[in-house]
Amino acid sequence: MKFRSILLMITLLTVVMVSYNFNEVAEVQLEEQSMEAFGTMMEVVMHKRCMNCHPKGDQPRQGEDSHLHYFGVQRGEDGHGIAALKCETCHQKENNLNSGVPGAPHWHLAPRSMAWEGLSRTEVASVFMNPETNGGKSPEEIEKHMTEDDLVLWAFEPGIGLDGVPREKPPVSKEEFIEAVKIWIANGAKIPSE
Amino acid sequence: MKVDFKLNQKEVNVDVDENTPLLWVIRDVLDMKGTKFGCGKAACGACTVHVDGEAVRSCSFAVKFASGKSIRTIEGLSNGEDLHPVQQAWKEEIVPQCGYCQPGFMMATAALLDKIPNPTDEDIDKNIVNICRCGTYYRMRKAIHRAAELKNEAS
Ligand code: FES
Ligand code: FES
Repeated sequence: MKFRSILLMITLLTVVMVSYNFNEVAEVQLEEQSMEAFGTMMEVVMHKRCMNCHPKGDQPRQGEDSHLHYFGVQRGEDGHGIAALKCETCHQKENNLNSGVPGAPHWHLAPRSMAWEGLSRTEVASVFMNPETNGGKSPEEIEKHMTEDDLVLWAFEPGIGLDGVPREKPPVSKEEFIEAVKIWIANGAKIPSE
Repeated sequence: MKVDFKLNQKEVNVDVDENTPLLWVIRDVLDMKGTKFGCGKAACGACTVHVDGEAVRSCSFAVKFASGKSIRTIEGLSNGEDLHPVQQAWKEEIVPQCGYCQPGFMMATAALLDKIPNPTDEDIDKNIVNICRCGTYYRMRKAIHRAAELKNEAS
């Protein structure tokens, strides 16, 4: 009888230890998956197709070398340009393959509070996850913005430049990016310390 | 594709490829030659027209986006025989040299004055970024200030 009780206790202890270990392994795996997703997502976010319209000053940048936008184009009060030189003066709802001018719905600059230029990838993530800088958006709203907004997703179909050469795309496909954003946010949107 | 829009207050209807630049439709289909082609890349401003009151470079504007909109070209700037203040000022200051770029500048200026009735030199520098090969910028600046005066006197 005594021997059976001891055996039962050992079995129970083993079960508890093994399941504890499983939980720990699962947590580590999730953490790794989340960090991998963060890396994938940030490869896109830090790309010039996104960065050019998140400048720290009042002028957008453009091109593969991210030069200041030609003609001294200005942000204006709402990010849509100024009186007679609005974004829509040249940019329409879709890429123009005749002129080589890029376009997407509501083409405009990100607000000043969302300036990313010059920041590290963890700083950029902090800026776009912080409701004080991201326009009061919740993580769910950020996910929707990043995975559904036509202007964000334009980065994956950037058209051709003025010289007729296709613009460089981010190094990750649209599908991988969307999946990465969802995984990262579902796992608590943790920003690694770098 | 059939596209309906207003051109200088008149209803027009064209049947063209939907991605044809509005500039080509205005010049070659509707035969209005005031709006000019300079670069075809939204870089020079020679093709500037107004779409629902906003300055737009028509070489980079697919005609399908004009559907239901009101387009104004240099031919529609005056009110019959009455010159628009921008035209009057351009005459007074004898702005044009060869003249090729001028319709675009005048349309951009008219759009500017609708939003900023008394533009400063800085407003002019930031908003009027068209290109003039003849270098008439100095006279243009004077004409823009004069047009603002004329427009404010009239209103
Ligand atoms: S012809 Fe359209 S901007 Fe030059
Ligand atoms: S007057 Fe000749 S290009 Fe401007």
